[in-house]
Amino acid sequence: MSKKRPDFDYERTFSYKFNKWLSGTEDPYVGKVEMKRQRRRKISPETVQERMRERHKLQEKVYDASDNKILVNFDKLYRVVAVLFCVILLALLVWNVSYLPPIGAVDKAVNNEVPERYIESGLEEIGAVNFVTGMILDYRAFDTLGESNVLFCATITVLILLQISDKKKKVLDEDMLFEPHDDPILRMSSRILVPVIMIFGIYVVLNGHLSPGGGFSGGAIIGSGLILYQNAFGFKHARKIFNERIYKTISATALATYCLCKTYSFFTGANHLDSHIPLGVPGHILSSGLILILNICVGMVVACTMYTFYVMFRRGDF
Amino acid sequence: MTVFKILLMLFLLTCAISVSVSKNLLNSVLIYMSFSLIMSILWICLESPDLGITEAAVGAGVTSILFFATLRKIRAIDVQRDADIDEDDLIEEEHTENYD
Repeated sequence: MSKKRPDFDYERTFSYKFNKWLSGTEDPYVGKVEMKRQRRRKISPETVQERMRERHKLQEKVYDASDNKILVNFDKLYRVVAVLFCVILLALLVWNVSYLPPIGAVDKAVNNEVPERYIESGLEEIGAVNFVTGMILDYRAFDTLGESNVLFCATITVLILLQISDKKKKVLDEDMLFEPHDDPILRMSSRILVPVIMIFGIYVVLNGHLSPGGGFSGGAIIGSGLILYQNAFGFKHARKIFNERIYKTISATALATYCLCKTYSFFTGANHLDSHIPLGVPGHILSSGLILILNICVGMVVACTMYTFYVMFRRGDF
Repeated sequence: MTVFKILLMLFLLTCAISVSVSKNLLNSVLIYMSFSLIMSILWICLESPDLGITEAAVGAGVTSILFFATLRKIRAIDVQRDADIDEDDLIEEEHTENYD
């Protein structure tokens, strides 16, 4: 253990002075060196005009396209090459597109045994009426877990980059000045629209295995509803229903639930289809095993992500 | 139906070209919004309503709002005119903001 130095001893050391100079709390010249205030140089308006004229002349000489042969030639060449490049690229792309098989062709490369299996035995194995959701959240549920994690990571990156510090929170940032205060049209219409949008989003999430939609689209709809609410009523009201604490809780809980639901495929050797979870009657809302829970998890993560993105871009703080 | 699809495709092409040609950034974002909307109708025509819903919500909704927020941050949208009108309200707002 080293002995603690007394303060006055420490203040005489070089490192203390250097640190003070670095942080800018003390200017070594102020009060110690005699300083003369600089005299302001007077420039007559004639000189200013003269300089302006000279600068103008110089600019004319440099950027004069008609005199400068190299510039003229380069300009022509540049245009010709740009057009040529675009035409060649377009021709290549169109040429390649012409080789694609028409929509719904039988001998297409994708019409192999994989989609056949999804369509033929999907209803028995998963119990979801909507094959797409069944594919995403049951056959390939592990991929979707990765996607949700990617979204989570993207939000964390945006938070790191755009969140403002605690000191700045006190200062009214100029972006807040442009908030609409008491816009009656926006408020009235959002009072009607926001509940409808929210309920539609929840419907899309919950019916992901029965009708078109699912976690991602439903979550995006809920997120846009939140954004509309914030726009109409301001940050003060929006903070009551969605703040940083709620964001952390919801995202972490949803991702952890998803992970818990899908960890059993580790123990069954990636053979997660035969899970012994009752599938229920296809078409009922409580059917098709874990898909409903996974849909809700994905929807919550996506809704949080969308709103957080918006808030971070807008203000940098919830 | 085929005529309808071809019309939508032509619309899509026009939108895609005018997004890059347009001088005003705000106009570009608005045209991009309509591009997404037409794309979502086309997804439904191609019998994939899942993608249609997602495109409408993300492409036409959230992405353009993020663009608007960014444009305002980089001062590409002229908001000064609106701010001058209710400057008196702002001072009141400032006081109320400090309390919470």
